[in-house]
Amino acid sequence: MKDISVKDLENTAVRMRMKVVDMIYKAQSGHPGGSLSAADFVTACYFKYMNIDPKNPRWPDRDRMVLSKGHVCPIQYACLAGTGFFPEAVLDTLRKEDSMLQGHPSMNKCPGIDISTGSLGQGLACAAGMALAGKLDKKDYKVFCVVGDGEAQEGEIWEAANTAHKYQLDNLITFVDFNNLQIDGTCDEVMPNGNLGEKFRAFGWEVIEIDGHNMEEIVAVLNKCYASKNGKPKCIYAHTIKGKGVSFMENQCGWHGAAPNQEQYEQAMAELEAQLNN
Amino acid sequence: MSELKKIATRDGFGKEIVELGKENPDLLVIDTDIGKSCQTGSFRKELPNQHLNVGIAEQNGAGLAAGLATCGKVPFVVTYAVFGSLRMCEMIRQEICYPNLNVKIACSHGGVTPANDGASHQAIEDIGVLRTIPNMTVIMPADYNSTRKLVRQAANTYGPMFLRFTRDAVPQIYGEDVEFTIGKAHQIQDGRDIALIANGDTVRLAIEAAKTLAKDGISARVLDMHTIKPLDVEAVTSAVNEIGKIITIEDHNILNGLGSAVCEVAAELGKGIVKRVGIQDQFGQSAPYERLLEMNGITVEHIVKLAKELQ
Repeated sequence: MKDISVKDLENTAVRMRMKVVDMIYKAQSGHPGGSLSAADFVTACYFKYMNIDPKNPRWPDRDRMVLSKGHVCPIQYACLAGTGFFPEAVLDTLRKEDSMLQGHPSMNKCPGIDISTGSLGQGLACAAGMALAGKLDKKDYKVFCVVGDGEAQEGEIWEAANTAHKYQLDNLITFVDFNNLQIDGTCDEVMPNGNLGEKFRAFGWEVIEIDGHNMEEIVAVLNKCYASKNGKPKCIYAHTIKGKGVSFMENQCGWHGAAPNQEQYEQAMAELEAQLNN
Repeated sequence: MSELKKIATRDGFGKEIVELGKENPDLLVIDTDIGKSCQTGSFRKELPNQHLNVGIAEQNGAGLAAGLATCGKVPFVVTYAVFGSLRMCEMIRQEICYPNLNVKIACSHGGVTPANDGASHQAIEDIGVLRTIPNMTVIMPADYNSTRKLVRQAANTYGPMFLRFTRDAVPQIYGEDVEFTIGKAHQIQDGRDIALIANGDTVRLAIEAAKTLAKDGISARVLDMHTIKPLDVEAVTSAVNEIGKIITIEDHNILNGLGSAVCEVAAELGKGIVKRVGIQDQFGQSAPYERLLEMNGITVEHIVKLAKELQ
């Protein structure tokens, strides 16, 4: 665990958001909405908690990060560049031919990606497999997983939730990115999830509800989860805003998978820059 | 060899996987609540720390295996062929084959062998679906000993693999000393007039047909094509060039299985004729296994008739 203040993490998260917007603008393709809603807790994981070695991306004892909602990989790419897995210039190749930065993450193309994802609902089972391997091998590493609220409509999520409970995977720390938006509308309109936190609790998980954009709360919950050995998998039920940090993207499902034009890009970058050192 | 007692290929898997698990502590069996009929009971008893059961949740079994494989484990996900191909299909594609992870899908009840269970449990599309996915290897052994050899080789060879076993006791074809290589057809006998290319339980039909044909002076080459992908293109090419007349025999839809794979080779060579014996693109029903084969013309008599017509 690295010694970094909440204020520095907040500024880092803003810088990661700027990279997200920048790379999607340059690619003219990608998913800004979910990348921005997950930005704060993914940044906290990479810059404070995760025990990783950019020079040895497949180090067996490392902490892992699985984006079950693989389309928000721009925020993971920004964090991997920011922690030294590849040069920042690589971010400009997002979604371009022969790039290591595929539209959805590919573990054999990009160093630091622990499993290839992109088809929704599948990442939590993979993360559970990694956490189970850690238990079988008596290793102390943690596995972080990011699940979307829309994605929780997939049945395999709940099969994996059962498995994590059965095998007491307290080393599996899952964020549910509760932004209540999916492609065709709000989750409540498309397919109401009810209270996802209560659902995970019913599956035997420890559930902690937080404001997913409050870095103090994120750090407090991760301190607790990182140290826990109570036999329960962890669900951090994070209230978030899709598109967080860019005024015109916030709470708009249209920004799920759209790239900004030049004017929108300049406004977004200016808005984010103003949030630095606030 | 036909005097030896009959034994199912699933039993060969159940026996060999225990030996392999003892040799490699990273080898895991992931059951999906049908371990009893897939013959993993001995593994569970003897190696409980390497045995997992995810319940009736095959998709999650595939994903869990992928995650375990990224950490150096060698998971065998065990289920019936219909579920291990179709229910798990997209997880196999996205999380196992695309990242090229070392996961084995080991399935009993291939083809129409779950006969009295009816169409829901009969796997007639599995090989076709899985051989379409890049990085996947598809294997169907013909008897007990070849199953043990091929399971051993699969466990010790990196990469995603689908292994298809069957329910019923079948005659033993090979002795314990016969060696098999994934991707290399096993020639049971050579011949000049017709090539019979079969896999799994239908290899015995090819052998019987060859014996009948021999009585009429027709000499058959019999190939056990236990690996459907990667196909032994060299063996098929030799059959096309040297004989030119081929009958494929399989307990699988005639679409996209062994017959189709052989046809692809012959068509690209631009010569030879191939007749496909297999499931006639129709669902099965609850009936005795031999009757289901008859309904689809998967019989010694039909193979012999086709072979004679080609002379």
